[in-house]
Amino acid sequence: MPALPTSLWSSVARKALMALTGLALIGFLAVHLLGNLILLTGNADAFNLYSNIYASMGSFLYVIEAGLVAFFLIHIVSGVTVALGKMKARPVSYEKTANAGGPSRKTISSTTMIYTGIIVLAFLVFHVTTLKYGAHYETTIHGEKMRDLHKLIIENFAQPGIVVTYVLTMLLLGFHLRHGFWSAFQSLGALQPRLSGLIYTIGVLIAIILAVGFLFIPLWIFLTA
Amino acid sequence: MADMTLTLKIWRQKDRKSPGKFVTYTVENVSEHMSFLEMMDVLNEQLIKKGEDVVEFDNDCREGICGMCSLVINGRPHGQEHGTATCQLHMRKFKDGDIIVVEPWRAAAFPVLKDLAVDRTAFDRIMAAGGYTSINVGGAQDANAIPIAKRASDEAMDAASCIGCGACVAACPNASASLFVAAKISQLALLPQGQIERRRRAANMVAQMDKEGFGDCSNHAECEAVCPKEISITHIARMKREYFKAMALGE
Ligand code: HEM
Ligand code: SF4
Ligand code: FES
Repeated sequence: MPALPTSLWSSVARKALMALTGLALIGFLAVHLLGNLILLTGNADAFNLYSNIYASMGSFLYVIEAGLVAFFLIHIVSGVTVALGKMKARPVSYEKTANAGGPSRKTISSTTMIYTGIIVLAFLVFHVTTLKYGAHYETTIHGEKMRDLHKLIIENFAQPGIVVTYVLTMLLLGFHLRHGFWSAFQSLGALQPRLSGLIYTIGVLIAIILAVGFLFIPLWIFLTA
Repeated sequence: MADMTLTLKIWRQKDRKSPGKFVTYTVENVSEHMSFLEMMDVLNEQLIKKGEDVVEFDNDCREGICGMCSLVINGRPHGQEHGTATCQLHMRKFKDGDIIVVEPWRAAAFPVLKDLAVDRTAFDRIMAAGGYTSINVGGAQDANAIPIAKRASDEAMDAASCIGCGACVAACPNASASLFVAAKISQLALLPQGQIERRRRAANMVAQMDKEGFGDCSNHAECEAVCPKEISITHIARMKREYFKAMALGE
């Protein structure tokens, strides 16, 4: 008997890759947000000590970063494939479209995933270049020299343009996750009618917590500076 | 209620290759008791009397069981009613003076044959790729010879109610055929008779679906909302599990 014609790039497996990488990225965002909450204490040393944990990981940090980049790449390439495939699958569009309502999950979130995704990606490039690869200030805490990332962040978040960019992008990320979280479970075949509503609600909550959490930090720093 | 006069904006397309366009028609004397297709018949009779080319549309049983009728009516496959096919849609759902836009299923995998009729043989090829069980036919055995759990038979029956109309593809923003393929895979995966070819079926049918040029599933669930048989996307989740098993375990 010939081998089964399954493939990691089939429509089903590709969406599973998207879902797994998407959920992993949500996990990353959760850890990232928890760490960043230190910024709300206003304690510069505490934040710098925290970020120094990563800086002092050495080559292990590269492993984590490479993993993160790989997850993003898989997610982005499969996402773009879905978006391009959709255009190919319906070359002539409808004159009139309407939402069917009822059990449909089609929302402004679900139909704009590629756009919210691309904007988040553009934001990430900006975020990483201005902070991780931004100005390198130094500070000494308990006799140890380390990077003063706190100072750079405060400088950045004193600029209204940057704060507005963060707030808007994080709102869009919230829309991405509102459909994304639930969608990932369905892509993995994990949803049953009994669980669907609950998972969707949890997804909405996660979207709100992450979006509001991330946009609150720059806003708070700007307003209290 | 008095008879209605309606304005129809209908997609006319000479054949597969010609570009199509919308043509506006006025239909008078539409009774609220007519079905949508009967209203289309009235229009076609008008056209015949004028010596014009009739509007081509697919239909057969006109009672929601064959899956031949189609039509995207004001942006919704099978019209605004939930759980019915176009042939079961009554004109009492419309008002005198309404403007109704009527379009064919739009998908690269469902090319327009003429006007509102599309070629749905892509579904036949997906079925041929695995939507069957290979059992030698002998004498008919007793219907209760193979015990099947009530829940499994109920769910299999739900999946089996798919009439293969293609509204799921038409409604999907990505033109994905996931609901149709999932219904067919699910129906057999739930029954003892379907076990032998279970993983090969999932692998082959998904491969054929991809080959036909349908889009990916983004989990909009519009398909479930327009399906005349209200087939649940839980079957899509099962199709995914079946495919993962086929990937991990092979035959
Ligand atoms: C931290 C960032 C991100 C997180 C947490 C995230 C999370 C998710 C999740 C959980 C899903 C659902 C997966 C599924 O439907 O199975 C998803 C879908 C999607 N993501 Fe992201 N994503 C992120 C960034 C991006 C980026 C940068 C892009 C860039 C193109 C993108 C494009 C998409 C697209 C197009 C979909 C929808 C796929 C579809 O319609 O089937 N995402 N995302
Ligand atoms: S799943 Fe529903 S909409 Fe799709 S082909 Fe079957 S009956 Fe039609
Ligand atoms: S004509 Fe048979 S289902 Fe509508």
